[in-house]
Amino acid sequence: MKAKIRKIITFIEETRTEMGKSVNPPTRRAAAAAVIENPFAGKYVEDLSELMEIGEELGTLLTERAVAALGIQGPAAESYGKAAAVGENGELEHAAAILHPKLGTPVRKVLGKGAALIPSSKKRGGPGVTLDIPLGHKDAAFVRSHFDGMEIRVNDAPRANEILVAIAVTDSGRPLPRVGGLTKDQIKGEDGLR
Amino acid sequence: MPEVHVRKRVTIVEEIFHEGGPTAEKPLRRAAALIVIHNPFAGKYVPEIASFMEDLKPLGLEMAKSLVVALGGDPKFIEGYGKGAIVGQAGELEHGALWHVPGGYAMREILGDAKAIVASTKKVGTLGTRLDVPITHINASYVRSHFDAMEVGIADAPRADEILLVLAMTTGPRIHARVGGLKASEIKGEDGLR
Repeated sequence: MKAKIRKIITFIEETRTEMGKSVNPPTRRAAAAAVIENPFAGKYVEDLSELMEIGEELGTLLTERAVAALGIQGPAAESYGKAAAVGENGELEHAAAILHPKLGTPVRKVLGKGAALIPSSKKRGGPGVTLDIPLGHKDAAFVRSHFDGMEIRVNDAPRANEILVAIAVTDSGRPLPRVGGLTKDQIKGEDGLR
Repeated sequence: MPEVHVRKRVTIVEEIFHEGGPTAEKPLRRAAALIVIHNPFAGKYVPEIASFMEDLKPLGLEMAKSLVVALGGDPKFIEGYGKGAIVGQAGELEHGALWHVPGGYAMREILGDAKAIVASTKKVGTLGTRLDVPITHINASYVRSHFDAMEVGIADAPRADEILLVLAMTTGPRIHARVGGLKASEIKGEDGLR
């Protein structure tokens, strides 16, 4: 493995009620995050392909962890998202190199499908920085009940020469969705949008 | 006494490979189970609250079991533990103290013969408040390599009328423990201290 991983953290959230109203079945989301060494910390490097390959590795590893944390099969996942926080000696472009070129294909392989764009966010920050991972339906980005986000943070990461990379997967949308729009039973799932 | 109403459940698992030193043969794993419940005493002073501890016992057991599962499924893997509570702002610190008995009881019940007092902390807080849950060796509080802590929190909890309850377990010493003191191999295990 190219990625030098210091730690891996998984988060599982299960919401059972909202405003006293039962959520049945409970909505569940999981995020798996890896803290890795940033091979390009502290210097400008033109060719970021090493980080792209790390992104590919983490796409498999973190998606498998998140799905396992939910205790479901990959194809049962409903929405997904990804995010990265680069430590202070790195560039935002390092997060981009991990997240965008090669990470998506293995995510989709684990989940069976995934016609939609994987929503993403990135930032630079220090240990304990908050990462809001955007979430969208994996086969149709316009499914309104699945527009969501999951906040994670790791108190001791990213250090200056590290990158925190996270993938979130759910088996459901928001707890009590009722703002209309495209619903998941209306998905065509061809263009990734509807 | 009031029923226990659970709004959500969050599980956090950390797998630590190194912290700048040599990569451990066996990574350290730490897990925390967080539960957000309604505070039946919020907004008023209620003199008699102690019987709520009994109501919390099944919840504690469920959380302790889930931690053992998250850390590999065998109670034998567990070497450290701790607990904590964050009381929403319409409650009292004393409401957090209700967790001492059921939280400790639950982990001892699941771990068998754990002898050491369960390290704990509590505070009044709000949405996103972080709690540093102290962790010590399950059989001897003075084992220096196992003095640890895990920072936890939930972005949307506790609301004013909620309590966030936490149990934490670990599978071993700090990843690069090397400051001497009582070792796990030297435990007598009679008094819970040494």
